[in-house]
Amino acid sequence: MSVIALAGNQNSGKTTLYNLLTGSNQHVGNFPGVTIEKKEGQIKRHKEISIVDLPGIYSLSPYTLEEVVTRDFLLKEKPDLILNIVDATNIERNLYLTLQLMELSIPMVIVLNMMDEVTASGNSIDVKKLSSHLGIPVVPISASRGEGINELIDVVIRAIKDKTSPRKLDFCIGEVHKAIHSISHLIYDQAVAAGYPPRFAATKLVEGDEPTFKNLGITENQIHIIEHVVKDMEEALNTDREAALADMRYCYIEKICSEAVVKRQETKEQQRSEKIDEILTHKYFGIPIFLGIMFFIFWMTFNVIGAPLQELLETLIDKFTGLTSDALIGIGVSDWVHSLVIDGIFAGVGSVLSFLPIIVILFFFLSFLEDSGYMARVAFLMDKLLRKIGLSGRSFVPMLIGFGCSVPAIMATRTLASERDRKMTIVLTPFMSCSAKLPIYGMMTAAFFPDKAAVVMIGLYVMGIIVAILSGLLLKNTIFKGEPVPFVMELPAYRIPTRKNVLLHMWEKGKDFIQRAFTVIFLGTIIVWFLQSFNWSLHMVEDSSTSILAYFGSLIAPIFLPLGFNDWRASTALITGLTAKEAVVSTLSVLTGAVTDVELSRALFTIFTPLSAFTFLTFTLLYMPCIAAFAATRRELGSMKYAALTALYQTSMAYVTGTLVFQIGRLIIGG
Amino acid sequence: MTLDKVKPGQGGIIASVGGQGLLRRRLLDMGLTPNTRVTVRKVAPMGDPIELSLRSYILTIRKDEAAKIQLKEVFDL
Repeated sequence: MSVIALAGNQNSGKTTLYNLLTGSNQHVGNFPGVTIEKKEGQIKRHKEISIVDLPGIYSLSPYTLEEVVTRDFLLKEKPDLILNIVDATNIERNLYLTLQLMELSIPMVIVLNMMDEVTASGNSIDVKKLSSHLGIPVVPISASRGEGINELIDVVIRAIKDKTSPRKLDFCIGEVHKAIHSISHLIYDQAVAAGYPPRFAATKLVEGDEPTFKNLGITENQIHIIEHVVKDMEEALNTDREAALADMRYCYIEKICSEAVVKRQETKEQQRSEKIDEILTHKYFGIPIFLGIMFFIFWMTFNVIGAPLQELLETLIDKFTGLTSDALIGIGVSDWVHSLVIDGIFAGVGSVLSFLPIIVILFFFLSFLEDSGYMARVAFLMDKLLRKIGLSGRSFVPMLIGFGCSVPAIMATRTLASERDRKMTIVLTPFMSCSAKLPIYGMMTAAFFPDKAAVVMIGLYVMGIIVAILSGLLLKNTIFKGEPVPFVMELPAYRIPTRKNVLLHMWEKGKDFIQRAFTVIFLGTIIVWFLQSFNWSLHMVEDSSTSILAYFGSLIAPIFLPLGFNDWRASTALITGLTAKEAVVSTLSVLTGAVTDVELSRALFTIFTPLSAFTFLTFTLLYMPCIAAFAATRRELGSMKYAALTALYQTSMAYVTGTLVFQIGRLIIGG
Repeated sequence: MTLDKVKPGQGGIIASVGGQGLLRRRLLDMGLTPNTRVTVRKVAPMGDPIELSLRSYILTIRKDEAAKIQLKEVFDL
């Protein structure tokens, strides 16, 4: 079994190539200890070769998690081959990573992607010359058209057999060269002992890379010598160590390119992108167009396509539930088994599954936006707005989706570039009022604020946003303190997404959600069913007011006294709301025994005053999201502990805000 | 002159890149090295960030970050 590592810049077509090479033989997981996605698969028709898709990175610096993960993987797992994908239309910057990968002394093959675009524009790259300059096989392909893939696989197989490491190349010149070589002699044995290629280690030491100093066990004495060598280099070049190395690499690349690359003009795709950007990132039209696109996506997802599909699925689930119910009664199972299957499992998982169409459709649009290159423009347009709360423009889209449903919103944070931004966005997104909360708002406003329904609802949406902003400020200065990842982002040329990428992405997200529906969500709904259906002597209850859940409801009811409501029915509804927010409505109607809407409205007046009704809404808006969203949080944060802390934080925010609203409201109305 | 002061449609040659740590390294890695030719293409609708063109690709950075890049020559396109 051979292992290939696929490495390259973001936007270089890495995912397209990966999907092309593996087809559907892939497995998605995380790198150990972090939430950075690790995809692993087998090459089609060559099951003996497995390929690992490394994060898209621009360099092997020690600063970002993605870079560290890549580096650790390459140094520790020692793959048989690095497949380095290079965007031919943007070759200079792409080769910067290549030069760093070459120092690892691992056999390497360069895939020159988007060669069709280069030649179609009358530009050219001399592949042979490039290959001989770098001492590495170079294979031109077009991943989007699927051209050159068979040749690539042949070259890869040969390179694995030959085990030829990149030809030792002195692409360092002058002072940097001197420094790297003298340090490489100094630390040679330690590097080998630590499993570092000596040349790579020496370069990293010249750069001042902390992890390398630590891992090689560099002694005080050696540090002294290294710093001396570096100081000489810095003085001779009149610059510092990091700039000296970056400059050296780019100088070398410019030299290669001046010989191997003929660039007469920008490629057609680049010219087309410029034209598209004249509209899409226009000074005045850019933001309205973006909002229009998002509105269109919402409308399509939640109305035009999503709603009928969701209804269809619900009907199917109902039918299936009915059939199963009859069958269970037919074979004469006991009442509690029947209730477990029908009221617990089917009702719970069924209501969650009906989310599936929405998730799949939403991710169809999102992966289209992502793959086309538009998502980077959104970040460009909206960055200034989110920067104040310590996030970047990239977080805007997940937050916006949060108004539809927190589950896909949290899943969409996967594309955020930094782990810190990702975590923070996951914590803040549920504050955006999701559509499942609308029935609750509808119920309460109909009863208490029939004339001011719109004002109350808009007020709630705004309150969610305000709490998110305040939370952002709070988190930025506490838990997520420290240097945020700088906003230095490529705006890739617009490209038409490949069907395969979009479909695979939809499939992945759908599968992911179903898996969770049958694990975490499944467990959650069964627990709630149990609490709702049994009393303390473990007999099934006819009237849910005598259930264990009702007991817990009355137990915690006094906690909500500062929020103005102290009623077991309200607190019980909040608990069942965890299965799905709209369950708050059904629980309140069941517990009050109301059949019609009018009865329900009347019954609500026995539980709430208008003010406490509003604080109840406030709490519902902000407290921890439903189990499905919680499961998504757990998955994306990669830890149950952090997911639980997030839920605790959200619920605390809800409690504090609710208390403030009630107490201040009481002062104002004087009651 | 620093890069954040350059107007859209103008370009320059980089003299030096300031800042430190991750930010500085990121700027260098993305090819903003001394003697590189860079042009400013656009400013985002809300006035920040800015859109740059260099080494035949498009990069966006914030003005705060652009302020750390010193130019030695500024020209109109």
